[in-house]
Amino acid sequence: MESLMNWLQAQLADNSIFTLQTLSYYGDGLVTTIQLVFLSLIIGLVLAVPLAIGRGSRHAWVRLPIFFYCYVFRGTPLLVQLYLIYYGVVFVEGIQDTWLWVILEKPFVPALVAFTLNTGAYTTEIFRGAIKSTPKGEIEAARAYGMSWSLMLRRIVLPSAFRRALPAYGNEVIFMLHASAIASVVTIMDLTGAARFVYARFYAPFDAFLFVAAIYLCLTFTIIYFFRHLEKRLLAHLKPASG
Amino acid sequence: MKLNKLLSIGVLGASMIAGVANAEVRDIRIGVDVPYEPMEYRTPDGELTGFDIELGNAMCEEIGIQCEWVVQGWDGIIPGLQARKYDAIMSSMTINDQRREQVLFSDPYITPPSAWFAPTDTEIETPSEESLEDKTIGVQRGTLQDNYVTDLYGDVADVNRYATADDMVLDMDSGRLDIVFLDFPIGKSTLLDSEAGDYTTVGEKITEPKEYFGEGFGIAFRQRDEALAKAFNEALATLKENGTYAEIEAKYFSE
Amino acid sequence: MIDLHGYGPRLAEGALVTIELAILSLILAIVLGLATASAKMSRNWVLHRLGTLYTTLIRGVPDLVLMMLLFFGGQIGVNMFTDWLYNRFDIDIFININEFVAGVVTIGLIFGAYMGETFRGAFLAVENGQIEAGRAYGMSHWLVFRRIRFPQMMRHALPGLSNNWMVLLKTTALVSVIGLSDMVKVAAEASKATREPFTFMIIVAVIYLLIASVSEWGFARLQKHYDIGYGEAD
Repeated sequence: MESLMNWLQAQLADNSIFTLQTLSYYGDGLVTTIQLVFLSLIIGLVLAVPLAIGRGSRHAWVRLPIFFYCYVFRGTPLLVQLYLIYYGVVFVEGIQDTWLWVILEKPFVPALVAFTLNTGAYTTEIFRGAIKSTPKGEIEAARAYGMSWSLMLRRIVLPSAFRRALPAYGNEVIFMLHASAIASVVTIMDLTGAARFVYARFYAPFDAFLFVAAIYLCLTFTIIYFFRHLEKRLLAHLKPASG
Repeated sequence: MKLNKLLSIGVLGASMIAGVANAEVRDIRIGVDVPYEPMEYRTPDGELTGFDIELGNAMCEEIGIQCEWVVQGWDGIIPGLQARKYDAIMSSMTINDQRREQVLFSDPYITPPSAWFAPTDTEIETPSEESLEDKTIGVQRGTLQDNYVTDLYGDVADVNRYATADDMVLDMDSGRLDIVFLDFPIGKSTLLDSEAGDYTTVGEKITEPKEYFGEGFGIAFRQRDEALAKAFNEALATLKENGTYAEIEAKYFSE
Repeated sequence: MIDLHGYGPRLAEGALVTIELAILSLILAIVLGLATASAKMSRNWVLHRLGTLYTTLIRGVPDLVLMMLLFFGGQIGVNMFTDWLYNRFDIDIFININEFVAGVVTIGLIFGAYMGETFRGAFLAVENGQIEAGRAYGMSHWLVFRRIRFPQMMRHALPGLSNNWMVLLKTTALVSVIGLSDMVKVAAEASKATREPFTFMIIVAVIYLLIASVSEWGFARLQKHYDIGYGEAD
């Protein structure tokens, strides 16, 4: 960390690219990226839990739409989804005259919607897998206690599924962070947007993109570290005794 | 295993090396960023057309060389010239000192001003720090308009930067932008003359200060290709004399 | 029928570009993946470190940023080299990193890192006893690799491989941002020109789903092929 700071200072001392102004672009970009990723993950997570339960429903009219949603959003590029929502929303008849336009006008909300639907689909599948692999014994035990379906879901199935889903979900978080780079395509000044601006202004691709790559790398490591810590705490009981 | 790997890298490497060039005036390739109507754009079947394209072709004919157009995004257009992907850029590029450090310019072949464009019912009368406060301004990323707007109004307004001009026009049509800052002919052709919405220019056309707006559009060459630049300058002078230039100009800039 | 406003042929060309790009980068990714897996399992610590550094760095940075770095930066890096050649030796060559090459190299590089992990796991899943048995028959290293390790490794690697391929396919959409005319780029241009984003984007989405479904079927067949002999032998 200290060597990084030294390096940064040395770079700042004599260069025309990383001025306070451009650094503030990167700073604002960092905030935007984190907001976008964090919000879409949270909302996606909230969406995914009921969807994952519904995905295993006995009723086809519940199961099939959810399956279709997951299939489409996991099978097509996020960029296409983003274009569809960002440019598509404009062509909804009369939308410009409604209160919705106030929030849809800025690129942030359409991007957030696209990211949320995307991560929601992946997270649904992750949870679906985790719920499906609930040990039979746990369910039988819950039944034997006379638990209702909802109580069993709340007390037994979901908590144990969350834990099993943790490693896969950690990957999804990193995936989302990286996917968020395309927000710059619809004019959002996220981290990548800041880098593209600096590049276009100074014709300095190495400076602009290596710097931003380093920031992403730090963010990725932070997420990895966080999930490792979480897994250690929550999955301690699943570890082999020797480990 | 190892051999396979080496081979495939070798093949990729070889496919990158596309040719060897010499220093005389020869058949050249010209880089252009589309769409930028009416300067350069494509018809739906993909053919390139526009003022730059037609003038460029006329110049090449005058010099007596073949010219091939290479489409390249604006973001990478100067690096592409230096990488010898093409030998010249003719793509509404304004001559200014910052670019002069990178490339060699021809004489200016047209000097269009920049201008502000907004919907007819806009409340902005003259662009200033006060009237643009909290407005959303559209510019094309990395253009002189971007630099100008960023430096003058970046702190008070939201600046949305677009990779291409048509992205920006679409967002303007949909009401996402309050005002855009563009080369005047492009704004005229894509906004004023378009059927999608009612637009007007706001304030005066802008050509000053020169540190931003330069001396007009020039063809960019690599620094060492002086012979090539000279040939194009002579061709331009001839075309202006014999009326071809006026013909092409009338075709694309009918007021 | 759906009115494509004359963009049909270009859209088809774009779809071809997408498929070519995906397949070429897959090949590069598999080659890099095998090399990385070997490096990471190697006893040589330099190779091991290099392999780890590569997979960590690549997997820590967004695809789009890597792509721009390589496309814009790679160009300038190459320029410096060719300018130096020109100034020094009067050799005037041009090396052109076009969007397609940049796309293949970046996507290949990125998925090479993921493939490396897939292959490493799969190689480790092949029991040592099998390899020892092969050696005991007097097979050479290469023969053991070809007859025993590779086919069995493939059985374990296929699910991961198929997964990587699906992600890779979708990643190709990013090349449209650096200017390559894949089907996403054509569809975006057409959407803007015709003001009908739904038509073009949905067509593109359907093509992606089609390619994904066909490859899923293909991978299922491959899996069947590599699963031959299991069940009895296990």
